[in-house]
Amino acid sequence: MTTTIPLPTEAPAGVGATVRATINGHEVDVASGTTILEAARACGIRIPTLCHHPDLPDVGVCRVCVVEVAGQKNLQPSCVFPITQELEVRTHTPRVAAARRDIIDLLLGEHYGDCRTCARNGSCELQDLASEYGVDHYRFGQRTEPVFVRDDTGPSIVFDPDKCILCLRCVRTCAELQDVRALGVTGRGAGVRVTTFADLPLSSEFCINCGQCVNRCPTGALTAMDVTARVRAALDDPRKHVVIQTAPAPRAALGEEFGLAPGTPMTWQLNTGLRELGFDKVFDTTFAADLTIIEEGVELIGRLYHALVLGEPDIALPMFTSCSPGWVKFLEHAFPDYLPHLSTCKSPQQMFGALIKTWYAEHHGLDPADVVSVALMPCVAKKFEASRPEMTDSGFADVDFVLTARELAKMLRRQGIDLPTEPKSDFDDPFGTATGSGVIFGATGGVMEAALRTVLEMVTGEPVEDLYAHADITPVRGFDDVRLLELTIPDAVGPVPPLIAHFIPDWDWLRGVTLRVAVAHGTSTARRVVEDIRAGGRFAGCHFIEFMACPGGCLGGGGQPIPTSLEIRKARARAIYAEDAAYGEAGHTRKSHENPAVQRLYAELLTDGPGGATSHHLLHTGYTARGTFVPTGQRG
Amino acid sequence: MTIRTPLTLATVHLDIGLRAALGQAPAEVVEEVARSGIRGRGGAGFRTGLKWRLASEAPAPDGRRHVVCNADEGEPGTFKDRALLSEMPDLVFEGMTIAAWAIGATSGVVYLRGEYVYLRQGLEDCLARRRAGGLLGNDILGMPGFNFDIDIRLGSGAYVCGEETALLESLEGRRGEPRNRFPYPVVRGLDQAPTIVNNVETFAWVPAILARGAAWFVGIGTPGSTGPKLLSVSGDVARPGVYEFPFGVTIHEVLKASGGDDAHAVVAGGACGVCVPASDFTRTISYEEVSTGGAIIVLGPDRDLLDVAENFLEFFVDESCGQCTPCRLGNPVLLEGVRSLKRGECTAVRLRELQQLGRTMQDASKCGLGQTSPNFFLSLVDQFGPEILDRVPV
Repeated sequence: MTTTIPLPTEAPAGVGATVRATINGHEVDVASGTTILEAARACGIRIPTLCHHPDLPDVGVCRVCVVEVAGQKNLQPSCVFPITQELEVRTHTPRVAAARRDIIDLLLGEHYGDCRTCARNGSCELQDLASEYGVDHYRFGQRTEPVFVRDDTGPSIVFDPDKCILCLRCVRTCAELQDVRALGVTGRGAGVRVTTFADLPLSSEFCINCGQCVNRCPTGALTAMDVTARVRAALDDPRKHVVIQTAPAPRAALGEEFGLAPGTPMTWQLNTGLRELGFDKVFDTTFAADLTIIEEGVELIGRLYHALVLGEPDIALPMFTSCSPGWVKFLEHAFPDYLPHLSTCKSPQQMFGALIKTWYAEHHGLDPADVVSVALMPCVAKKFEASRPEMTDSGFADVDFVLTARELAKMLRRQGIDLPTEPKSDFDDPFGTATGSGVIFGATGGVMEAALRTVLEMVTGEPVEDLYAHADITPVRGFDDVRLLELTIPDAVGPVPPLIAHFIPDWDWLRGVTLRVAVAHGTSTARRVVEDIRAGGRFAGCHFIEFMACPGGCLGGGGQPIPTSLEIRKARARAIYAEDAAYGEAGHTRKSHENPAVQRLYAELLTDGPGGATSHHLLHTGYTARGTFVPTGQRG
Repeated sequence: MTIRTPLTLATVHLDIGLRAALGQAPAEVVEEVARSGIRGRGGAGFRTGLKWRLASEAPAPDGRRHVVCNADEGEPGTFKDRALLSEMPDLVFEGMTIAAWAIGATSGVVYLRGEYVYLRQGLEDCLARRRAGGLLGNDILGMPGFNFDIDIRLGSGAYVCGEETALLESLEGRRGEPRNRFPYPVVRGLDQAPTIVNNVETFAWVPAILARGAAWFVGIGTPGSTGPKLLSVSGDVARPGVYEFPFGVTIHEVLKASGGDDAHAVVAGGACGVCVPASDFTRTISYEEVSTGGAIIVLGPDRDLLDVAENFLEFFVDESCGQCTPCRLGNPVLLEGVRSLKRGECTAVRLRELQQLGRTMQDASKCGLGQTSPNFFLSLVDQFGPEILDRVPV
């Protein structure tokens, strides 16, 4: 059998030739530099791994993937062994099997915790390996007492070092992928452990709660704070009116929890499932995303007007998006002097929360004290965001509980609901079905695309479809770390829409102006962009930048189904863009400012318009300069 | 630490070798070292000439190559490098300078074991003298464009930093954890540049090889293990200290010279070495038979071999960097196994599991530490089975 795999996109220098490897008798021609693991997978041979993750640089520490390589005295780790010359490999010999079994037994011997009570029961890579290698007893003993203190003091992430197998995926995620470095390694020998700076709880650290570590932990050492029991209790309480808003990203991924291929949207089945779970109303977060676009778009126009026309020197530009709570906390820690650049808009989740406990409760004759507001999010940081002290503008906690996609899947299964077979149903009024613009918030570039659709149309007075076919502003899409786009406003500008006529007299000042916008995802990219702005680089000239803490944006969020990889995130993105396109095909609007429920909200509640006093009270917020030093006296 | 035998190195005249090297093209120097057959004196026994050739041929995009001297002599029972660093540091620096000429390096580092901090001043003084004498710095010995200098950097007490890639990580300011092979340091070492890492003694022999010729070196020792070797002899002997013998000397001869005639066993190679029973004392110290980086620990008739194994494994439990699973978690299991043997509680089934675990550690650990830490235990079971299994349960 001969298979050919293409060159890796970032080939090491000097690599390019094709070499032949023989793996268990299969001949495979690979680009020089391909690892044994990659080559084996290309010809359908499974080599078990633990410390390997497709998003992370390999370290070769767990040693589970060792194989026999002809000519090498010792077994070699297939994840870091590059094929640079003709090579013969055996992946499942008795010698290899014995070593793997020993390694798995050693890991199990140190791993404390009961599978049956673990959040990762059924999705644990160590458990799977134990099964695959026929572990039937604890050959090297078993911990019967915990050694470490579980850190469950924060609202987002729970760290249980007793379940850690030191694969260091979390440390690499935090350092290499996110450039946050909240997690590190300390100690030596058998005393090595993953820890935080000064051993403080994660909630006291420069941790942004992005949960990317959770998504890459092979065991239950890092999990998201579970609130399913508390949500279930609220649902079972007859005095409570329990509503849920669902974000587009988990809808595009929940199918994975039910065995479907990544990229199978479950939006409409989920509505039915949630009602069966007992939710009184099911709302679409994209309503609030549309609202965010209006508020944020107007805020941007305001900043541009004050800077370009009124010549005010202290207007912070470029303006940064504020929907991603991981990104917000990252900026609060890493660049507190750049907080004025953050849009003051709350995230869609929090805007929605404030409206549910005010406008919605009032309209439905509900005491807001009896309304329980739940949010289904792709995100672990949203749990932290909901707990921020300033997020109580309704007079109550604006959002009571945030469920991740994983938690909701558990609740559905617990209730005997098989999501893929649920009939489809619509969202509830008064927020109804939103727009395609709100849906694409779930993908990196989506906020920017939605904002551009609205801003361009408001300014030019022309349908955005005339500028971009089907309103698809494709240059901001994709998975490149950062995208930069320049748009020149045409000379023919339209009239100022009535919604914002009270503070912008005309668009003349924007004629022929080149609007420069950028999209960045992952906080390591975000750090590079902000540092570039500080250095006066090419991003300093931007007007508006979308930042998402997680790679891929919300669809790659820390609350999404496990596992994750670039391929999985791309599949979820396809589902999200397909949903956006479907709005157009069904005759629904794909532009935020055309959302009828949003228009109604401005007519009934936010009567002083976007950026007015009411919207500032309910929909806008402020930030906290945190810096990089953690508070003292909180040793955990 | 006493030097017990006359040292050939003490008879080497300074800077003859360096001058001889500068009279040749760098590639010829590499070939001369290769012809001498000298192999790494730190214990791994990699061919020095081959290492130098690989480093000199590896592309160095910005022209940087490094010469690193591994002076992190942390192997229990080894102290011959300390003797060289305190008695004849010039030879070590001269060897490094010859290496720099051979591979085209511009900077050198001595990674000095943290506990050897008291040697630092003497080494710095020696470097200052060599700089003043035109033997380091720019245009060394008047050779235009041959610029090379040496820095001394201190370790902080981690045994694993004697492993060459952990040493490089430590030099770069990170946790001292071994790297993955591929690329090897000769291709990408210190700061991504081609780097040779050689033991103190290896460098010390280089001036003699250049001064006296490869043939002289080949004439000493055995075909596969050329030259003289310094041994650190310690333990239950009358005259512990540093000895020089030609490779090929029998263990028996070493014991005779050092006053350990009644030895029950010797540990060749230190804590990571193997246990050699008296019946094998006719075997030779050489890469072909009993290999050692220099340590010969003599165990007398009253010495409990399981105590020794326990001591060594306690050491490895502490000194493993903790990065890879077999080493981090395997050593504590072996240690507990030895303790159960001492208590007379280890079953035959358990012992077989421990032996398999030891082989897994040798086979699957990331670096030399984990690959060698079970050596003593495994050789003990092989060679002294009845002695360690016949404990009465307590």
